[in-house]
Amino acid sequence: MSDRNSDVGGIPVEEVVVEASEALRDRRQTRTPDKKWVTVLDHFRREWQIYAMLLPTIIWFLVFLYKPMYGLQIAFKDYSIFRGVAGSPWIGWEHFQTLFSNDQFIRAVRNTITISFYNLIFGFPAPIILALMFNEVLHASYKRTAQTIVYLPHFISSVIIAGIVITAFSPTAGIINTFISWLGYDPVYFLTQPQWFRPIFVGTGIWQEAGFGSIVFLAAIAGVNPSLYESAVVDGANRWQMMWKITIPSILPTILIMLIIRIGNVMEVSFELVILLYQPSTYETADVVNTWVYRQGLQSGQYDLAAAAGLFNAVVAFVLVMTANTLSRRFSRTSLW
Amino acid sequence: MMNWNLYSRGDKFFAIIVSVLIGMFTAATLYPFIYIAAVSFSSGFAAQAGKVVLTPIDATLEAYGYILKDPQFWISYRNTFIYTIGGTVMSLLFIIPCAYALSRPQLKGRRFFNLFIAFTMWFNAGLIPFFLNMRDLGLLDSMFGIILGFAINAFNIILLRNFFESIPQSFEEAARMDGANDFQVLWKVFIPLSKPAIATITLFLIVARWNGFFWAMVLLQSESKIPLQVFLRHTISNLSDDDEFAIVQTAAGFSAETVTAAIIVCSIIPVLIVYPFIQKYFEKGILLGGVKE
Repeated sequence: MSDRNSDVGGIPVEEVVVEASEALRDRRQTRTPDKKWVTVLDHFRREWQIYAMLLPTIIWFLVFLYKPMYGLQIAFKDYSIFRGVAGSPWIGWEHFQTLFSNDQFIRAVRNTITISFYNLIFGFPAPIILALMFNEVLHASYKRTAQTIVYLPHFISSVIIAGIVITAFSPTAGIINTFISWLGYDPVYFLTQPQWFRPIFVGTGIWQEAGFGSIVFLAAIAGVNPSLYESAVVDGANRWQMMWKITIPSILPTILIMLIIRIGNVMEVSFELVILLYQPSTYETADVVNTWVYRQGLQSGQYDLAAAAGLFNAVVAFVLVMTANTLSRRFSRTSLW
Repeated sequence: MMNWNLYSRGDKFFAIIVSVLIGMFTAATLYPFIYIAAVSFSSGFAAQAGKVVLTPIDATLEAYGYILKDPQFWISYRNTFIYTIGGTVMSLLFIIPCAYALSRPQLKGRRFFNLFIAFTMWFNAGLIPFFLNMRDLGLLDSMFGIILGFAINAFNIILLRNFFESIPQSFEEAARMDGANDFQVLWKVFIPLSKPAIATITLFLIVARWNGFFWAMVLLQSESKIPLQVFLRHTISNLSDDDEFAIVQTAAGFSAETVTAAIIVCSIIPVLIVYPFIQKYFEKGILLGGVKE
């Protein structure tokens, strides 16, 4: 957050000077308690414009984001479309009992965590390594061109990404199987076999996001004090040593914070891409909580049960994110928001 | 940062190895795009047989001819433009004034409003309640529903608010002396000073809208309202197991693969056109909203 703590009673010092006369008048009025309402009214009369600017967004948040939170009560209800959210009868924790005795749901929870774990192990180091390598490239325009290209996939839609994956991994037409047949092996039906889903999904994620993810680390590297490198050169250190002894320790706080954010988002597997890439034969390894919710709720119409699953997911995610935020604050006295 | 001539032999070797690795990763990033472009210009037969590797085989425009003749392609393309332009304008109309208001120290309940907005980044009701709410609001199968229902996200507001807060008070004072009200201060002082930040947000909004898929698929039923991404998805999932299509295309010189690739190329082109403009801003923009001391 920007540093505005140098203010007096919520008003920055500079403004105090500008509005000195008004402030004086306000203070005189607040001295008598019954004039308090006059002060409040006066405040709104003077500052109504900023409230007018805020109001549309507040209403939008209430209508589109907070009203669904009220609707979440169907997780504890026997919801029927005709009775509506408020009119449906309460049934307590029944849906949650159903969920935790449902093998498919348990499997979806397990898959979510497993895929996130793979994303963490393979996906998290990738942008760091890439940033460290970019830092060693001397040729400026070569570096620039490479960066331009590796950032690009981030801006491509998941439908297109899935389209590319489906085309490239196709058993008959795909380039991957063309190579496999050159090597003399039989074609592999990658997208219909459960054991291939996770490698393909995580690999696609790295291909799409590693480049863009490196921006944060490159910025951290750019912030390292150059005199550290200068004295290392005097001491006769080589580039490899400097990377390990200076660059990596210097960007460690950034790495830690990004790691914590990542762990906080464990429940957030990009399910849009899962929906586009999985099929019934790969549900076993591919089905995550949100895709399960999508099928149960939006495709089969079991809104209440699916909402319960969604609530479970959201609560776990909330606890993780809050913990992550607290941890990162403690680690570096840096607030994420 | 370092002079090549000062490098030891070991350092030079290291730098060259790293440059080669970067080159390989870059090539690996680029290759799928080249491959898809090559498939889109190849004959259906060559694509189906897996003969395409780097360049088009039996080059033909049949696949493009097929999709460009499909009226649904143009309808979806037009819709995507409507969603992108309408959605981005709608977002900015909400986000900019809201971020300004939140950056004002005299706003009462500022902490509460900040929390009210930021809370939605940490907790959301999920797919089902959101969907049911859209249905209750009568926004199913509605183009306006897509534009309005996804207009705001908390992150963009916070990003812009942070930027507004970093603008020194002195810029505003001159305008205040001239008797400007908040709308005028926002319009004449804050917006001109925040062009890079607003450009960043705008470009991210445009890309998000252009790529938006899931909710368009869920909420829109009419073919006349679906955006390009949903059309692309339909095409990919339909063509591959449509036997009738398989018979027609063999004669015509295209295949499910080449048609899919052609649609991918057509929908990537606008992204490639705006990409250089985005690139100018996003490196700064991402840091603007990222970790701040």
